[in-house]
Amino acid sequence: MKHRDGSDRIGEDGIAKPGDPVSSAVAGPDATGERHEPHEPPREHLPAKLFEKGKQVHNKRIDGPFRRFKWAMMIVTLAIYYITPWLRWDRGPYAPDQAVLIDLANRRFYMFGIEIWPHEFYFVAGLLIMAGLGLFLVTSAVGRAWCGYACPQTVWTDLFQHVDRFVDGDRNARIRLDAAPWGAKKVARRGFKWSLYLAIGFVTGGAWILYFADAPTLFGDFFAGEAAFVAYVTVAILTFTTFALGGFMREQVCIYMCPWPRIQTAMLDEKSLVVTYKDWRGEPRGSVKKAQKDPEHFGDCIDCNLCVAVCPTGIDIREGPQVGCITCALCIDACDKVMADIGRPRGLIDYATLDDCEREARGEEPRPIWKALLRPRTIAYFLIWGSIGLALLFALGVRSHTEVTVSPDRNPPFMLMSDGSVRNSYTLRLRNMESRPRDMEIAIEGLPGAMMWSDTIRRSDAAARQTVTVAADQIETVRGYVMVPEGTRAQDFVFRVTSLDEQRETDTAETRFSAPGDE
Amino acid sequence: MVNKRIDEATGTETVGHEWDGIEELDTPMPRWWLWTFYATIAWSLVYVVLYPAWPMVEKATDGVLGWSSRGQLAEEMSVADLAQAGVRERLSRIPIERLPDDSALMAQAVAGGAAAFKVNCVQCHGSGAAGSQTLGYPNLNDDAWLWGGDLRAIEYTLVHGIRQAGHDATRTSLMPPFAGVFTPQQMDALVDHVLSLSGKAESGPVGAQIYADNCALCHGPQGGGNRELGAPRLNDAIWLRGGSREAIARQVIDPKLGMMPGWGERLDPVTIKMLAAYVHSLGGGEDFLEVAENPAIQVDETP
Repeated sequence: MKHRDGSDRIGEDGIAKPGDPVSSAVAGPDATGERHEPHEPPREHLPAKLFEKGKQVHNKRIDGPFRRFKWAMMIVTLAIYYITPWLRWDRGPYAPDQAVLIDLANRRFYMFGIEIWPHEFYFVAGLLIMAGLGLFLVTSAVGRAWCGYACPQTVWTDLFQHVDRFVDGDRNARIRLDAAPWGAKKVARRGFKWSLYLAIGFVTGGAWILYFADAPTLFGDFFAGEAAFVAYVTVAILTFTTFALGGFMREQVCIYMCPWPRIQTAMLDEKSLVVTYKDWRGEPRGSVKKAQKDPEHFGDCIDCNLCVAVCPTGIDIREGPQVGCITCALCIDACDKVMADIGRPRGLIDYATLDDCEREARGEEPRPIWKALLRPRTIAYFLIWGSIGLALLFALGVRSHTEVTVSPDRNPPFMLMSDGSVRNSYTLRLRNMESRPRDMEIAIEGLPGAMMWSDTIRRSDAAARQTVTVAADQIETVRGYVMVPEGTRAQDFVFRVTSLDEQRETDTAETRFSAPGDE
Repeated sequence: MVNKRIDEATGTETVGHEWDGIEELDTPMPRWWLWTFYATIAWSLVYVVLYPAWPMVEKATDGVLGWSSRGQLAEEMSVADLAQAGVRERLSRIPIERLPDDSALMAQAVAGGAAAFKVNCVQCHGSGAAGSQTLGYPNLNDDAWLWGGDLRAIEYTLVHGIRQAGHDATRTSLMPPFAGVFTPQQMDALVDHVLSLSGKAESGPVGAQIYADNCALCHGPQGGGNRELGAPRLNDAIWLRGGSREAIARQVIDPKLGMMPGWGERLDPVTIKMLAAYVHSLGGGEDFLEVAENPAIQVDETP
């Protein structure tokens, strides 16, 4: 390890070795003097390095409770992803019967019994806030559990690593194949593996588009070549991104691309559960043989490196918590297996809080796990998270499915008719959020003598109340003409819209009637 | 001052700057990132060759593909025209009297007419079609029509225009100027009588006699107007050029007569049909039922 090299060298003689590139500005006697404390290491340059070569991670197969949990999570998350678009939900003849549908063309979002219109996007915003707070909650309680088990990047990387194992064999075989020169056999293996990658990528991208249209129809259209162009483009892009991110980028995404590790490392504290190596118990490392000779000196870690070999991101957990650790706990499985084999207690690498590690190191009893989960911070997150959820549910429960908005014509503001009466024009938008056509009554309140007709109701049928049929799940735009007798003054009034069904939902919109002399 | 040093915990070099004791690690970037960066540079070069990129004195370099935003607009417009072709075709076949029966087609005609109105008509009639009393451009929103307010009459007016010299079919009429014909007292009496038609003044025998002798022929004995001649109604609340005593007297002495181009020469029949539908939809459009009372305007009932 680099830092060990550096500090060792400094520890030996305190000055840079000849031949090492040394900055004269810092290594010279003048430069070191003033600003830096004597305990700081002397300054020197590492060889200039423009980039870091990516190291291929060949993680070894391991079995254990966490591995089985990961399998379960993979099955559950992939099942949710692939099955959801095929679920049906009866909404009557006027709405799609797909349980989860993001209908971009008609700007409707269906999720089982809930239907969201664009103007209600705050529900989606609320869900996103809940998702964010949910991550905070999970992080403060169980660390990076999202990263380790449920994140799509983790799930798909896991899937692709199983493909690697299926095609090329386990860790050692894969390392050998990587190092082997390109020959017919290697080309064939790589071709087979990458076509599997592509197939997975295609299935991944293919499932994605099913959320945006009727799944069975789109599925048929897609293979008949009749789907929308954007569907093919989306599938192509997602096939490529899955192929690249899952097949090749893998842990690079977590380490370099994803913002979450940075945020989560900032959110973790010494009371959060993390996967950690108990160095007080493991160090100094020594093989079983060495430990038999000198049991007092050596710790439990036999330096078998199995924890490194099984790690899907290729890190060494024994260096401590780090940004590359997604806390998938496969190293716990590996270490527990080794400890069982050599007859030492499990849990050299384990889920623990850093506080508990210190406590254990001092020989005290670790605190019960619920104390790590239930503490003011997690409870506060949970209460905020829950109250937002309740507020959303409440808003969803009391929202009206009938709404009216009105905008008066301003050009011209009023119209003198030949008999001296005054007419104003309004654009009314009646919103019917039920999945069936509804009759709605528009009534004028607070404007005496007003008569109303519209672009579809003839003037001869003008009345103070009119009934308009609004199609299922639609907004009906009504151009309304309101006429009052000569001499009526300008004034505010109200349009009241009432649904003429058993719900009798009602909504009002206040607006102004303009008349001559109203400036 | 650059003070590069190696960070003890990570073994990585710092960038050499220090802000209140905070230093930044100079972590080498991953190789794929560098390749991505080079790829974007290569992409930008390809882009510069393919698309308009470098601004020159008059315009930017053309690019090998010959793409331009103007060309793209023209393409999109032609696609839009193509999309409207069906509607226009149906509109060209339907007689305008039948248009109100097809509410969907009517709605599309109104929408198309609204767009055409914004281009061709707003210069005089105003963007809200409210016209101008001072300039004598009629308001198209109300229920007063000089030459008729059903779809067919509106279409006729649009096609042939008003008082277009040299056009036989244009709507035309003339009001003679009465400058110097009446004494001021007679003029006062006449204005009183005209206002009395809509109940805004008391009429006297002098004014009534002058009106009967000079005006009733065109404007009607009760001031009901005459659509065949485009003679405005005088017994309603709407005044084309103002309803004040001065405005009425001015119009009697030196009448100003409105003109409108015949759009039949400038616009295609479908656009005119759509314009007629739009103007009819503004709130004052008349049914054929009322028009049918006027035998001069034939309603074609054959589909």
